[in-house]
Amino acid sequence: MTEFLQQLLNGISLGAIYALIALGYTMVYGVLRFINFAHSDVFMVGAFIGYYAGQHLPHGTIGGGLAAMAAAMVGCAILGIAIERFVYRPLRSSSTLNVLITAIGMSLFLEYTGQLVFGATPRAYPALFPSTIVSVHGLIISMNQVVVIVVAAILMVALQFAVFRTKIGTAMRAVALNPAAARLVGINIDVVISFTFGLGSALAAAGGVLYAINYPSIDPLMGVVPGLKAFIAAVLGGIGNIPGAALGALILGLVETFVDGSHWSTYKDAIAFAILIGILLFRPAGLLGRFTAEKV
Amino acid sequence: MWLAALAAAAAVVAGCKPGEHGIRIGEYASLTGKEAAFGQSSHKGTQLAIEEIDAAGGVLGRKVELVTDDDETKQGESATIVKKLIFRDKVVGVLGEVASSRSLEAAPICQANRIPMISPSSTNPRVTEIGDYIFRVCFIDPFQGTVMAKFAKDTLKLHRVAVMTSVSSAYSVGLAKYFKERFLADGGEIAIEQKFQEGDKDFNAQLTAIRAAGVDGIFVPGYYTEAALICRQARELDMHIPLFGGDGWEAPELISIGGPAVEGCYYSTHYSPQVDTPVVQSFVARFKARYNGEVPDAMAALGYDSAEVMVDAIRRAGSTDPAALRDAIAATRDYNGVTGTTTIDRERNATKSAVIIEVKDGKFKFLETVAP
Repeated sequence: MTEFLQQLLNGISLGAIYALIALGYTMVYGVLRFINFAHSDVFMVGAFIGYYAGQHLPHGTIGGGLAAMAAAMVGCAILGIAIERFVYRPLRSSSTLNVLITAIGMSLFLEYTGQLVFGATPRAYPALFPSTIVSVHGLIISMNQVVVIVVAAILMVALQFAVFRTKIGTAMRAVALNPAAARLVGINIDVVISFTFGLGSALAAAGGVLYAINYPSIDPLMGVVPGLKAFIAAVLGGIGNIPGAALGALILGLVETFVDGSHWSTYKDAIAFAILIGILLFRPAGLLGRFTAEKV
Repeated sequence: MWLAALAAAAAVVAGCKPGEHGIRIGEYASLTGKEAAFGQSSHKGTQLAIEEIDAAGGVLGRKVELVTDDDETKQGESATIVKKLIFRDKVVGVLGEVASSRSLEAAPICQANRIPMISPSSTNPRVTEIGDYIFRVCFIDPFQGTVMAKFAKDTLKLHRVAVMTSVSSAYSVGLAKYFKERFLADGGEIAIEQKFQEGDKDFNAQLTAIRAAGVDGIFVPGYYTEAALICRQARELDMHIPLFGGDGWEAPELISIGGPAVEGCYYSTHYSPQVDTPVVQSFVARFKARYNGEVPDAMAALGYDSAEVMVDAIRRAGSTDPAALRDAIAATRDYNGVTGTTTIDRERNATKSAVIIEVKDGKFKFLETVAP
């Protein structure tokens, strides 16, 4: 029983990180109908900004950790907006395939620029948050896991609020529903799209810092695998759907963890992908996705 | 003037017979990428050996040139660059790699082209089984797995252990197999086996299962990045039992990533700079002088020995003919290298002793030597 609860906790904290990345994929898809493959590398840049910011902040305190995360979020929001402004906007009227290939190019550009600037050798990540562990009846809860779950939950609630209760959120939903009509009623599409990229990139940066404090070794290619998993999570939940991305990520995190802890650990990815294929066979739009409903 | 230059260039091209440039030895190494720490160390050792040989006048009256290429720790890349070393650079012998997986990619190419290859530190048995042109100057996995099983049972007094194998690495699978055989034969118990893949970061699931199994030690035959993360996550799960592994653990990153979590952990390796013999101490001093006070690790020492064994064989063969060179390497007996007295056996492996290192106070401490 303790083992089950422990795995549940491990799975939720892994799923929470996937969720933060998946939200960025799904928001951009909702608004622009394309997959921003550079998103997983924005996640990596976020971890590195946290790394450098962490060198000027006290280690092992909640405040220091949150400050490093805030720095990463601001830095990546700017990066995300810049990528959209200079790379994707000039291509907005061309076909989706062109933008998709450009996104892959942007992803490789960030990865290999990262290798040039940061070096390819993995680095040890500083312990930004306090590294206390609490034992409750044999269930071990580490501070890092608590931070991951709490921060991810707060950010997702805040996102839900921003999308459904604010003016810019309403504008985002309008653009997602019908860009031409949104423009006709006076919405500045460029501002909305920049905002979407900034918000998604900030969440990815938070995910990057949280990932790095839990698995404290970072390198410029660290975003590739979690990015792919988060993309799967977004598709699983229904791409374009925000609660769907969170649900898909949670399912993927739990499945991976339980498979990893069993005799079938070698088939971890195979089982995760088999579940994805199974769900998409029966629900092609994903768990919470609908073909015609509004997508944000 | 222009004609003269052209004539000179033509003369250079025409006069490019063997014997007029240096003897070329190729080296492929993971100079960048995930296992760059190994590749860099090994390369520094090799480079030092070649520089010393050239400073002493070279071999067979010619200088030795080291041609080094980077495989970026990528699968598939070492095959490409070894082809380049053989066909474009026309090397007489090849040195490399640290990781068995990448040596296994390059070895068939060397074998097919009859170019002798010496791996400095690939410990998987399959590497030299590729063919009679493939050698190594380190011991093999059965020995390392056996040594750690013996050490866990006799020195650490462990009875019930877990094994965590990296299934994507030939090295890890080999070490785990021989560890299990010996540990079970000695009356120990393997309570649980868990698997992971290189590049994984999250080991909480496997460690939680291990924790539930109740063991008094974990054998982790992986590489340093994963080993350090496994140690950290084990400590975060409140497990304070010793973790131990093979020479894949040996890199400063084990301590920089693992921090206090790797204290009281052990690994087996080929050499320690703390071994108090004149050969080792003189090597350490020369290496430090060459590389800004850096202390050579086992990969550096083996890189050095691999180059020395290659050049020693060229000297004894009296030529750079690949077949003669192959026979000379195979005939290496009691070569007194930095990593111990090396004899190449009939399977083209080195017979030599292993050392056990303990992580203590954030440093690698030499614990004991285990003879074959």
